[in-house]
Amino acid sequence: MKKTVQHELVPKHELLSKEEAEELLKRYNITRGQLPGILITDPALKGLEVENGDIIKITREDEVTGTSYAYRVVISQI
Amino acid sequence: MIATPRKISALKFGLLSPDHIRKISEARIVTADTYDEDGYPFDGGLMDPKLGVVDPGLKCKTCGSRVGDCPGHFGHIEFARPVIHIGYAKLIHKVLRSICRSCSRVTLSDETIEMYKERIKRAKKMGQNLDAVIEDVFRTARAAKKCPHCGEERFDIKFDKPSGYIEDGNRLSPTDVRERLEKIPDSDAEVLGFDPEVSRPEWMVLTVLPVPPVTARPSITLESGERSEDDITHKLVDIIRINQRLSENIEAGAPHLIIEDLWELLQYHVTTYFNNEVAGVPPARHRSGRPLKTLTQRLKGKEGRFRSNLSGKRVNFSARTVISPDPNLDINEVGVPEEIAREMTVAVKVNPRNIEYLRRLVLRGPDNYPGANYVERADGRRISLSRVPDLTEVAEKIEPGWVVHRHLRDGDVVLFNRQPSLHRMSIMAHEVKVLPYKTFRLNLCVCPPYNADFDGDEMNLHVIQGEEAIAEAKVLMRVQEQILSPRFGGPIIGGIHDHITGAYLLTKKDARFTKEEVSRIFYAVGYTGDFPKPTVEDGVEYYTGKQIFSVFLPKDLNLSYKAKICKKCEECEEERCPDDAFVVIKGGELVSGVIDERAFGAFAGELLDRIVKDYGTDEARRFLNTLTRLALFAIMKFGFSTGIDDEDLPSDAKERIDEILDSAEEKVSELIEAYESGILEPLPGRTLEETLEMRIMQTLSEARDKTGAVAGEYLGMKNSAVMMAKIGARGSMLNLTQMAACVGQQAVRGERISRGYVGRTLPHFKRGDIGPKAKGFVRTSYKKGQDPLEYFFHAMGGREGLVDTAVRTSQSGYMQRRLINALQDLKVEYDNTVRGADGRIVDIRYGGDGADPSRTDWGNIVNVKKIVDKVVRNRA
Repeated sequence: MKKTVQHELVPKHELLSKEEAEELLKRYNITRGQLPGILITDPALKGLEVENGDIIKITREDEVTGTSYAYRVVISQI
Repeated sequence: MIATPRKISALKFGLLSPDHIRKISEARIVTADTYDEDGYPFDGGLMDPKLGVVDPGLKCKTCGSRVGDCPGHFGHIEFARPVIHIGYAKLIHKVLRSICRSCSRVTLSDETIEMYKERIKRAKKMGQNLDAVIEDVFRTARAAKKCPHCGEERFDIKFDKPSGYIEDGNRLSPTDVRERLEKIPDSDAEVLGFDPEVSRPEWMVLTVLPVPPVTARPSITLESGERSEDDITHKLVDIIRINQRLSENIEAGAPHLIIEDLWELLQYHVTTYFNNEVAGVPPARHRSGRPLKTLTQRLKGKEGRFRSNLSGKRVNFSARTVISPDPNLDINEVGVPEEIAREMTVAVKVNPRNIEYLRRLVLRGPDNYPGANYVERADGRRISLSRVPDLTEVAEKIEPGWVVHRHLRDGDVVLFNRQPSLHRMSIMAHEVKVLPYKTFRLNLCVCPPYNADFDGDEMNLHVIQGEEAIAEAKVLMRVQEQILSPRFGGPIIGGIHDHITGAYLLTKKDARFTKEEVSRIFYAVGYTGDFPKPTVEDGVEYYTGKQIFSVFLPKDLNLSYKAKICKKCEECEEERCPDDAFVVIKGGELVSGVIDERAFGAFAGELLDRIVKDYGTDEARRFLNTLTRLALFAIMKFGFSTGIDDEDLPSDAKERIDEILDSAEEKVSELIEAYESGILEPLPGRTLEETLEMRIMQTLSEARDKTGAVAGEYLGMKNSAVMMAKIGARGSMLNLTQMAACVGQQAVRGERISRGYVGRTLPHFKRGDIGPKAKGFVRTSYKKGQDPLEYFFHAMGGREGLVDTAVRTSQSGYMQRRLINALQDLKVEYDNTVRGADGRIVDIRYGGDGADPSRTDWGNIVNVKKIVDKVVRNRA
């Protein structure tokens, strides 16, 4: 497996499995189009095997807000 | 019958096709004239009666309705030759560059076209913007050297602004352009971003022009009986006239050149008809020389239809007048002049419980203050009470189901607003208090959120109509609900100026009051409870200011913080602070510390913050009301004033200031000498010159600060001006330094003043003089006064400040406008996600932690020290 980006300023990006992705969409009652996007060419996705429509979970650690999550859907081109 | 509501399932935008234009047209317009000598409109003229009615009393020839009911009807003009639609000129260019000159196919192979179609389909499914894909099509198709379909050679097409296209040196006529666009197959048009069902590319080249209904361009009859036509009508007259000449010339077989010229002229008129501000096209003018206001100008910009008439509308039930202060009002109240209260009404439904009361109001009529202006019968007919000869008759007829529009009265909920409305606290709900005179009155504590003062400010008031709206405004928008700002999690409403000074004077260490004085204070603030326990000294009973203040604190409040006057010593002595700057409240008793800006000032009040967050907004409102009244009573009792003699310094202070400035100037000349002799060491990353400048600036600013410290030393807390600056009531120590000691370095663009003449700022100096005086150092104080050179430099610095403010407000205003447009429909949903109006998720949890900033402790979610204090200090 290729190496993912390891840097304190780059929050953790991880790929959701098909089941997790469906569960997320169900939990928030949304379609993929309603999630914010992340370009497949985004450097933070380096090392992850992703394709169009995959959902990425981003985990951010912050002094003030603690741990927070964000979800983005992979977009193959603009 | 009530109309059945229907759901709109979809909206589609497209181009108007020539056929559609003809279909919606009620009349073909052929005559350029409008009215004949008798003032009747020509048939087939621009004011054809089939296009709708504007004259009262006449019936529309198309729909038979009268003015107001007839919506107006379109007509049309058939062009003798096609004309480019200026709004699509750029898009036409892009399309022309992407298609073959002979077969009009998109110059991409069939496979590529398929691929793009796939991408478009996918993007549509994902709900993404298609622009990027289509832009890609244009880019790749443009690059083809030969048409992959027919093998025709390709030339790049140049766009000759505003509406010409040049291919290989030949100008394409709109007819050529239209022919090419017509030939584009539907399936190719799709890849170019067209939906051929509703917008074929060739429809961007006009062959028919819709003529707007007369209702959209009404003519005005002047007093002299002369008619004045709308700008749009004028423009249409031009178009018809040229179109007619063009068609006559074509029919007569006129030379090519003449036809070309007329065609060009027609293009000009149609272009300016759509948009009179196209770059490179001279604007069409009125006879008077005023540029015409054509279609685009009607819509665009601040005065355009969107911003002026749709996003912004004038409203009923609103009032505007000058504001003035009234410290005796509650912070929730607003004083409304009786004159306004008589004009503004609230609609009240008549019911058995209020019928007698409403009858009395109707009886009083529109002119006697607590009265009514209108009554509405059960069938919805309005009766104006000012036109009724006998009010008793109406009053008797009132019965449940009617509506009475009664005058505004005390306790009504209204919205109060001061522009610019930059944050949500710019519009708050107040309770009406009807008062004499002509100004709106407000409590001084609400000045900071509105950013209001009383130098002529005006404010707007809106009367809320409807019970639900009143309830909602009371819960969400009432002043007391807005004490905490969502911007920084502290109070934005609080004491200002004299409130702070008064509270400080009251709670100072040596403030003592006799029982009689205390009684007077309690009476003034309306306190009716028990007296605190007096202290006895030498057989005399007295009360301290802190005791009086404590009476108004919640009985279980524990709090400690450093007051504004705190000198930030390295070792804090806490309760034993020599300046009494460490505030401790134990069990609702002010044990030590003075009350200043940090206690209850707007933007800073620590104590007020605690009360709102722990005891609720009702308690906070009561606290603010009594505290401000208490503070104002105190300042009036002690007496307080400041004047120019507050900046008087004894002569030895002046000497010390002079010494400081002299030595600073000497130090500067030493630096200059060091620089000239080359022994000055440059700072890392700086040139020698920059280093010198920085060192000089630093030296002079240190000197100014030192003079300020000396001045502060001699003036002391007994000085009113110093006191106000230290406790945060008004002014700063820098203001005082400049007034009493030394104004200091003037700067333009962050540098000492350097521009003017060659090598010097003013001809009074030698070239190359870089001493303090020659570069804008003002040695004098405002009180002493400036010499002409200093005065001039000061004006330079001052001017920069003014220009900056002017530029900043316009820039930040525009930025805020854009931000608001982008963010206005974001909302936190019940599942804690932040979503736009279409349900797209912006944030999975508001701010990452879902925290409401106004409920935080100045932005921090928890403040452990405060919680510990709250518990521990109580025990001690």
